[in-house]
Amino acid sequence: MDRRTLLKGLAGAGGLAATGGLSMPALSQGAAARTLRFVPQANLANFDPIWGTQYVVRNAAALVWDTLYGVDATLQPQRQMVESEEVTDDGLTWTFRLRSGLKFHDGEPVRSKDVIASLTRWSARDPMGLMIKALQQELTAVDDKTFKLVLKQPYPKLLYALGKNNTPIAFIMPERIAQTDPFKQITDYVGSGPMKFAKAEWVPGAKAVFEKFTDYVPRQEKSSWLAGGKQILIDRLEWVVIPDPATAAAALQNGEVDWWESPITDLVPVLKSNRNINVDIADPLGNVGSFRMNHLYPPFNDVRARRAVLMAMSQEDYMRALVGDDTSLWKPLPGFFTPGTPLYSEAGGEILKGKRDFDAAKKLLAESGYSGQPVTCLVAQDQPITKAQGDVTADLLKKLGMNVDFVATDWGTVGSRRAQKTPPGQGGWQMFHTWHAGADCINPAPYNAIRANGDKAWFGWPSSDAVEKDVVAWFEAKNLDEEKAAINHLNKAALEDVVYAPTGFFLGYTAWRKTISGIAKGPLPFFWGVSKTA
Amino acid sequence: MVSYILRRIVATLPVMAIVALFVFSLLYIAPGDPAVVIAGDQASPADVERIRQTLGLDRPFLVQFGSWLWHILHGDLGTSIFTSLPVSTLIAQRIEPTLSLMAIALSLTVLIAVPLGVVAAWKAGSWIDRSIMAFAVFAFSLPVFVIGYVLAYVFALKLEWLPVQGYTPIAEGVWPWLQNLILPAVALGDVYIALIARITRASMLEVLQQDYIRTARAKGLGMRDILFVHALKNAAVPIVTVIGIGIALLIGGAVVTESVFAIPGLGRLTIDAILRRDYPVIQGIVLVFSFLYVLINLMVDVIYTLVDPRIRY
Repeated sequence: MDRRTLLKGLAGAGGLAATGGLSMPALSQGAAARTLRFVPQANLANFDPIWGTQYVVRNAAALVWDTLYGVDATLQPQRQMVESEEVTDDGLTWTFRLRSGLKFHDGEPVRSKDVIASLTRWSARDPMGLMIKALQQELTAVDDKTFKLVLKQPYPKLLYALGKNNTPIAFIMPERIAQTDPFKQITDYVGSGPMKFAKAEWVPGAKAVFEKFTDYVPRQEKSSWLAGGKQILIDRLEWVVIPDPATAAAALQNGEVDWWESPITDLVPVLKSNRNINVDIADPLGNVGSFRMNHLYPPFNDVRARRAVLMAMSQEDYMRALVGDDTSLWKPLPGFFTPGTPLYSEAGGEILKGKRDFDAAKKLLAESGYSGQPVTCLVAQDQPITKAQGDVTADLLKKLGMNVDFVATDWGTVGSRRAQKTPPGQGGWQMFHTWHAGADCINPAPYNAIRANGDKAWFGWPSSDAVEKDVVAWFEAKNLDEEKAAINHLNKAALEDVVYAPTGFFLGYTAWRKTISGIAKGPLPFFWGVSKTA
Repeated sequence: MVSYILRRIVATLPVMAIVALFVFSLLYIAPGDPAVVIAGDQASPADVERIRQTLGLDRPFLVQFGSWLWHILHGDLGTSIFTSLPVSTLIAQRIEPTLSLMAIALSLTVLIAVPLGVVAAWKAGSWIDRSIMAFAVFAFSLPVFVIGYVLAYVFALKLEWLPVQGYTPIAEGVWPWLQNLILPAVALGDVYIALIARITRASMLEVLQQDYIRTARAKGLGMRDILFVHALKNAAVPIVTVIGIGIALLIGGAVVTESVFAIPGLGRLTIDAILRRDYPVIQGIVLVFSFLYVLINLMVDVIYTLVDPRIRY
């Protein structure tokens, strides 16, 4: 008996028992070409981009909800839902006009009141939104298509804030949805973006489906990241959650899926060797690896101990542990800002460059008063990035003569334990590992990790007046030169004080079948302009 | 018998209550906080606290437990912290793939393992017996995920006979449904086949030495009748016991298998919920699995009376 006979026999036997018969879920060739099957980086566990700030939620939300402005590939905000804006000479009063034809998925037009409710909800959760809210005197609807924002003092980064791609994005929702408490999750997913969310087909952890919104009116400009004409060339987009990387790789090779957002580096050679698959860098803005030291407790409450670690660490060791020997995937990062972006700076970066000086580092560590106390190092084992970095750090600390209390745990536990300000022996910590999307490190606005405002700072709670002064200088900068000057000072001050330890800059791949075209590199997967042939 | 079954069902209630208290307490003291996961990296401690309040996670243990138990008693398993969907909906979405996987794995196991065990006992000491037992040791030693990857590589990637991943509901056709489950069921059932084959062999060996088997042989009864009618029925009690206990193994194995083959079942739901600290979902799933397990044990006890008329309750 050959395979076909066996399969036919099985199908025949099954057909007798099945009420549903033997109907294969096969799509016609045309329908298959209009359905894109995409493996996202993570499970879409919730779908409120203001309440939950995970990247996967943002990526899905960008399909369903539109924005007033959108940052393009040059990192500049461009008009998106807005047709025009006017600002008074003193920079205090902004008047915005919405473009014509904007509609929500339920058929209702987008009105100013929807924008106001949406911005109000967003500004309660977003760091830049909170700054705007603090300066806001008035946010009112002039008419259905016009709204006005009056500030108490100018905020030069306003349009950037409204169009940025960092979470949470200022998405525009219908007023009835946007009036939800920003700390409660929405359950109605009506937007005005180029695709509709098929809530009935959503199986969290397994599948999410988006359908083309035929009433969407794209802008006429060419699309560029979140800006320009969001032309949808497919009818249906299926997000297929495949948690196991080897399975995702096999599914892509087998043609069961069309596009895998984040293949792990180990599997890239296999994908590259497949003639039906394209592999390329996903996001030129990449990622910044990092570990943070607790500035509240010894030994890292002494800047000399923090500097000793920086003097001894090898970014190459970290990057090779993360991405292997593919040198096109990483570069050293003697600073904090994303390489290749306008504000990238190496000012003060000498401490991270050149041959590593363990003798000097040990001497400095001894001067800080360290004498063998355990150093509690939190390492999430379920995240390959943190695990690899943690292993390198443990080795580094041991070479420095430190007594490492290596806490191998999961990301959920690190997430709650790192918030503990108690001493390390009482549930606290001295070091944990993480990473930041390069898109979040292009300037200080979305970059919480660079702040050094003590108690209000990110975990580790660094405190540095110099760093904070330079952050303010950047926010007040009126042109790129002033911004660059501020960032140079900031980079230097942050390295001197060791706000955190950057372990290097690394890139990731994305992979898709050759039947797919139009994939753009960027900080999130953009589905506009993407088409598929059968 | 009916009164016994009713008594056993009533007896599950305190068992379920203890399971509920245990699970709730365990999750309460476990490290991790869903509010932190929800709030994300940019959130301030005040934001996290506000989310904890809206989720009711700031309430004392007894208040939280009492509220949860009250809802359970009203048939409400709660709402997922992350998806805002009812836990019962999430479980309903996922139960078909898991039950399908377990049913096929169990069927494969019984169909393969019992005859293998019987033949091994019949040919005890021969090369057939040694080959079957060597296979059993080998199969028992292989982790489920290794078998899964090998099967996927050979039958999906190389031969292109079967899909690598996913699940098609049975309502969309038997073959599409079966197509997605063959490889995972073989991977999942492998260890179980080895276990049942060994137990069957051991139990059969004991029975085959009994006087009545010798008498049956002396009467000239055929070997097939002796093995499968007389001996197997008398050897069945330990085999049925292990099959029942083994369903717990299948549940555990399903967690791994569903991840390897991307089957949207309860196993994957459990892992996702644990990693995110989605307490209501974890509690709901554990309760459902516990209840299933209690029911399976009850079924095993009832089956005892069918295979051994001496057993009466």
